[in-house]
Amino acid sequence: MLEDLILTVLMTSVPLVYAATGELIVERSGVLNLGVEGMMLMGAVAAFGIAMVSGSLVLGVIAGGLAGMLTAALFGILVLGFATNQVATGLALTIFGAGLSGLVGAPLIGHAIEGLPVLRIPFLSDLPTVGKLVFSHDLMAYGAVILVAAVAYFLKRTRAGLVLRAIGDNHDSAHALGYSVLGVRFMAVLFGGLMAGFGGAYLPLALTPHWAEGMTAGRGWIALALVVFASWMPWRVLVGALIFGGITIMQLAGQARGWTIPSQFLSMLPYLATIIVLVLISRNREFALANSPACLGRAFHAGK
Amino acid sequence: MISLSPRKDIPLALTLMTPVVAIALTLVIGAAIFGILGYDPLAALYQFFIAPVSRPDQIADLFVKACPLIIIASGLVFAYRANVWNIGAEGQMILGAMAAGFVALTWPNLPGPVMMPAMILAGMLGGLAWGMIPALLKTRFNTNEILVSLMLTYVAVLLIDWTVRGPWRDPMSFGFPLTPTYADAALISRVELPGVGRLGQLHWGVAGALIFALAAWFVLGRSILGFQVKVMGDAPRAGRFAGFSPALVTIIVMAISGGAAGLAGMVEVSANIGQLQPDISFGYGFTAIIVAFLARLNPLAVIIAGLVVALAELGGDSAQIALAMPKVVTGVFKGILLFMLLAGETFNRYHVTVSLPHRARMRPDRLQGDRMQGDSGA
Repeated sequence: MLEDLILTVLMTSVPLVYAATGELIVERSGVLNLGVEGMMLMGAVAAFGIAMVSGSLVLGVIAGGLAGMLTAALFGILVLGFATNQVATGLALTIFGAGLSGLVGAPLIGHAIEGLPVLRIPFLSDLPTVGKLVFSHDLMAYGAVILVAAVAYFLKRTRAGLVLRAIGDNHDSAHALGYSVLGVRFMAVLFGGLMAGFGGAYLPLALTPHWAEGMTAGRGWIALALVVFASWMPWRVLVGALIFGGITIMQLAGQARGWTIPSQFLSMLPYLATIIVLVLISRNREFALANSPACLGRAFHAGK
Repeated sequence: MISLSPRKDIPLALTLMTPVVAIALTLVIGAAIFGILGYDPLAALYQFFIAPVSRPDQIADLFVKACPLIIIASGLVFAYRANVWNIGAEGQMILGAMAAGFVALTWPNLPGPVMMPAMILAGMLGGLAWGMIPALLKTRFNTNEILVSLMLTYVAVLLIDWTVRGPWRDPMSFGFPLTPTYADAALISRVELPGVGRLGQLHWGVAGALIFALAAWFVLGRSILGFQVKVMGDAPRAGRFAGFSPALVTIIVMAISGGAAGLAGMVEVSANIGQLQPDISFGYGFTAIIVAFLARLNPLAVIIAGLVVALAELGGDSAQIALAMPKVVTGVFKGILLFMLLAGETFNRYHVTVSLPHRARMRPDRLQGDRMQGDSGA
């Protein structure tokens, strides 16, 4: 029972890890993309549709990532090419993604697929408890951990990561040094879209193996809050996602144990927790802003 | 490559043309998407934009649909002008409807002249209170108002769901999640046009919405408060030197936008529904964001923008019935329209030139810089 519960917590946090880690890179480059929810929905519908038609879950995952990336490209062209307002463009992306995914996904409602299989590792998966908790996940769950490690390494240890951070912190200086501010930012936005697409793909491929309109239910927004919670540090995203996964699952556990609190209040928990976490993190200005990219949300155009 | 150079002055014609061109491009792109998805694009556009307004009573219904959008967007204009991003109007609208509903259900015997003002006040206060949470958290703890106001929308949806299924449910509703119906004094009546009678669902709340937009226009354009809001949005540093308080402006614009959304919630329920139910809004709080932008953050233009967007909303219903399109398709239109408007804003402010990347970079004196760019390309 407890093992199953923990397993569900881990699975619930996987899409958050993908989406938040992608957004972390985007924000580290100085761009604020509020369209995570829309990109996740596009990823989810593309992943489910392709997986259903082709029968291949791997193709589904790839399609989900590409759909997220294409949606992000739209955002990138507007925000970087046309220097539009980032907040408003991100909102538009969410509205657009929610609408288009619903339109594309209408024929998919009511169908079900076989979810992502657990990747069994010989010997390790058979260990008691540890085997079930650590070594009995699907490919994407392992991928999430690898992703965080890779992004942490990229930001801290590679030259390209340094350039990315430099552009996010001071785009004028980075431009003066000869770096392509808009080019790097566009790559970052595309990466963010790819990851949001993967995160979205995980929902219909693993978590609940069907497609429903608006099935992300605010996860994209929670991912955005997670980036603030993580104060732009990759490993903290992992911790935050696990906490949120736990809170989301608490409502199920509560119902199972027959708590008398109305279910609506339990369903509020992830959203209320997000607000509380934001307050706790943001109230300490020094901590909150220590790693926050100085140019976050500010448009750049050369030779003004 | 797209390069931008700021315009020295913005021609008036350009300012007026931008929304028109944006709408036209939205129609073209929307038609293309319908075509790709296998619907007849012309039939779809007809169902969307002509069918809903082909009779006088339908035009009246267009105003009814636009009513909450106009009220909410008139309030949001203040927030967005001040660079405060309240995107939780949906939740504030629900709380307004609940607060007004509390008055109507707790004191059903209040006489009309007391009931209506009390409900209007309660509705505005309900929305205002919900809007104060992100405002105070932002000014006190520096939290992001976008995320907090949005999270509170999810909370509001669950809250009204609980109240109408739980404590406020009508015992006579046969298990449906509905409160008792409001007393007549708590309902907004239909407009009786002389010689015509009732026209569609046209109610007095529509007149209220138009007055509200006019009032918002006056306050924003002609009062010190409006001036402060605009200065804090355009030049916050200048505003601080002038002694304006950013925290106070944040609180005021959140109060105005929250109160407006709450009022819209009250009007929507009293005029169209007559009791509380789990779904009292159909995304009006989010749609109003687009209305505010389509109006280029001008409360007078909000009236026209509200009607345009309401047309797309009604069109969604008509396309759903006639062509079996899912209701969310309106979202596609709304999203594209917002994209076009934002890009149009850029054409307004800059000369935009699009060119292919040329070879000038390969000149020897530029090679150094070129290599560094190559390094960063990872």
